Amino acid sequence: MTDHALQSNGEAVTWHLAEAEDHDHGGNGATILGFWIYLMSDALIFASLFAMFGVVSTSYAGGPVPREIFDLELVALNTALLLASSITFGEAMPHMEAGRVGPTRFWLAITGLLGAGFIAIELYEFAHLIAEGAGPQRSAFLSAFFTLVGTHGAHVTVGLIWIVVMLIQLGRHGLSLPMKRRLICLSMFWHFLDIIWIGVFTFVYLYGVLR
Amino acid sequence: MTEHSLAKTIFGRLTWESFPVHEPILLTTFVVVLLLGLGIIGAVTRYRLWGYLWKEWFTTVDHKKIGIMYMILGIIMLLRGFADALMMRLQQAIAFAPNEGYLPAHHYDQIFTAHGTIMIFFVAIPLIVGIVNFVMPLQIGARDVAFPFLNSLSFWLTAAGAILVMTSLFVGEFARTGWLSYAPLAELDYSPDTGVDYYLWALQIAGVGTTLSAINMVATIIKMRAPGMTMMKMPVFCWTALCSNVLAIAIFPALTAAFFLLMLDRYVGTNFFTNDLGGAPMMYWNMVWIWGHPEVYVLVLPAFGIYSEIVSTFTGKRLFGYSSMVYATVVITILSYLVWLHHFFTMGAGPSVNSFFGIATMVISIPTGAKIFNWLFTMYRGDIRFELPMMWVVAFMITFVIGGMTGVLLAIPPADFVLHNSLFLVTHFHNVIIGGVVFGLFAAMVYWFPKAFGFKLDPFWGKVAFWGWVIGYWVAWMPLYFPGLMGVTRRVRYFHDPALQPWFVVAFIGALIILVGILGFVMSIVMGFVKRRQLADTTGDPWDGRTLEWSTSSPPPPYNFAFTPMVHDLDAWYDMKVRGYERPAQGFRPIHMPRNTGAGVILSGLALVLGFAMVWYMWWLAALSFVGLLAVAIGHTFNMKRDYYIPAEEVARTESKRLPLAAAEA
Repeated sequence: MTDHALQSNGEAVTWHLAEAEDHDHGGNGATILGFWIYLMSDALIFASLFAMFGVVSTSYAGGPVPREIFDLELVALNTALLLASSITFGEAMPHMEAGRVGPTRFWLAITGLLGAGFIAIELYEFAHLIAEGAGPQRSAFLSAFFTLVGTHGAHVTVGLIWIVVMLIQLGRHGLSLPMKRRLICLSMFWHFLDIIWIGVFTFVYLYGVLR
Repeated sequence: MTEHSLAKTIFGRLTWESFPVHEPILLTTFVVVLLLGLGIIGAVTRYRLWGYLWKEWFTTVDHKKIGIMYMILGIIMLLRGFADALMMRLQQAIAFAPNEGYLPAHHYDQIFTAHGTIMIFFVAIPLIVGIVNFVMPLQIGARDVAFPFLNSLSFWLTAAGAILVMTSLFVGEFARTGWLSYAPLAELDYSPDTGVDYYLWALQIAGVGTTLSAINMVATIIKMRAPGMTMMKMPVFCWTALCSNVLAIAIFPALTAAFFLLMLDRYVGTNFFTNDLGGAPMMYWNMVWIWGHPEVYVLVLPAFGIYSEIVSTFTGKRLFGYSSMVYATVVITILSYLVWLHHFFTMGAGPSVNSFFGIATMVISIPTGAKIFNWLFTMYRGDIRFELPMMWVVAFMITFVIGGMTGVLLAIPPADFVLHNSLFLVTHFHNVIIGGVVFGLFAAMVYWFPKAFGFKLDPFWGKVAFWGWVIGYWVAWMPLYFPGLMGVTRRVRYFHDPALQPWFVVAFIGALIILVGILGFVMSIVMGFVKRRQLADTTGDPWDGRTLEWSTSSPPPPYNFAFTPMVHDLDAWYDMKVRGYERPAQGFRPIHMPRNTGAGVILSGLALVLGFAMVWYMWWLAALSFVGLLAVAIGHTFNMKRDYYIPAEEVARTESKRLPLAAAEA
């Protein structure tokens, strides 16, 4: 009844949005939100791998223990490379905001090189361990170690491929709106991997050597 | 010798023996499927439909068409899953000593595994995702989902998983490990054949699709609601879809991780879930059930939303206790994440852990009960129209409440020690899944079918489907609580005690009645199509609905809404009707739309090849398809032409086709 009263009062009800410009699919922040949600689901995959590692972290099955196989100096170098790559990515972003393609590409390339260094050292570490007989098949602890660290490394590798693709596309399209969106997503991805690595560094390497 | 190793390099472990030509049941099925498939391919070719199918359906990014394809996939897989059920029921009805029945153990074990896997992953999930896909964007007044391409990819990945499962029927064999493939039984030592690998690859591929779809739906609901539609003015179905998809995002990673680790055990030789070298098999159970228990809520929450929409439409009233319904949904979402351990109280986690999970499980019945009362109070003194969707709702309420109560019984750890892995448990979860999810899906299909296709389903055959399912369910399942309580365990192929036989004969008869229900449903589609002029919906609002999807034409135009609606109240369309809304006849503008793309089909095809190659150890093919996947995915990012505009004149033309009808109606 009140509804009708409203109408008889002559109050005009707007039923439609008079839109001058149609919304852009994946615009209005939906891509950023969607990518953020994806990162959270990826974080849960890492959470599962961390939990798995936690459960079997002392299941050495008579094989090597962390203190014997982890080379903390190498890991420190690796960590430094990855953290530095997050800083260099941070350098790229203000240039992107300002629309300067050249410096954006420069800092992105530096980030990629640091990331590649990280992967190279990780591969060296893995090869070394396997040669020593401390491969992923040796014990549940080593299975979980290789899987957790390796999954992070695989993510960094995907990030590297993404950086290369971005470098090419920046050359083609410049800093168009979709390109900016992609760079923001890549930046979130890269920093996310940094955070995961801090967890790996702390709980796998430091804590492992302590006990 | 070299020839042998060459064949091995090319075909991996695939040999002539992998094709089950010596098993008459499988061979017959294969021939029938082959003839059916050839018939369909022949018909499509004869009527030159390939181009149409490719352009209008396979490459579409329209959420309505993708939703419909999800439904078709789910219904086809339902037929497969139900065929498995009938075979099991027949085996259990006749296999009493000394009769061994007609299914050898090797085959029977594959059937119960395939039945469970298919019914959850390739029937319930596609049907729920399909309904959400079709209805939700219309209800929130959006033109599409947030990521239309991702939506297409999600569907095709799910379809690729389904195809891989179906392939296992004729090439090699499926898992014999039960629908969750528990470790260590699923490890290479105990299951060396291709079964578990088919299982893992099919579910991983489909799981990626489901996760991406969930992200898409959440972003859509949060970012693309029509102006004025605040969260608390959103239809309940959208709320349940939101909670269900948030939950899916929170749980699928655990399943992906568990399957990934099991894959590493099987392919690389790691020791996560093995019995030796420090493996922890129970960790697999934990991770799998951290997914598994919330998953039933992922399925049933949207079903609750469906019931809410239907009850309020067919009683002509606003839903009773809208906000309590929303809070109940949110509470269920959170609680469902905290109960997984009740699936293995017998693990031996100790009394305090078991008590916590037992109590958490019982607490879930409180918000669920609140929902039941809300529906009842909505009906109370309402102007109830007992049309088919409403009949499904009433059948649900009666059936589901009993399943819920047996669930509370099972939540008591000491009782569970007796009932664990018994038929009582199997009956309980069929009671809630059929009574809750399946009935809801049928209600939804009957309710929204005219919106999708422009005509109602045939009401007579719809009633046959309804009574077949409801009576069949009660005859097939209710009796099985009793042998379950007496200690009969699940997955048994052969019985010694003849006193049990009557229970299983009754259950088989019940399954046959359900078959009548399934055929009735198929007939209601066929006869609905035949009588489509008589059953046509010209108004777009055949049930006197209350939410925005009923403000569009049936079927809706590709752009859904010529103008984005402004929402002022819950039940926005009812509000518009009451306040004398008139559809605008001019002033149309060009509409921005996403362009179709084949990338989703191609990527999923490559994922299917990758899965098949990995199952059969064809390493070269796996590497090739993996590189192909990367290349197509990267190539797709170079395609910047992703949209187009529907010109204003075309919008005007489409809309003008509707107007005379609306005028005639007035």
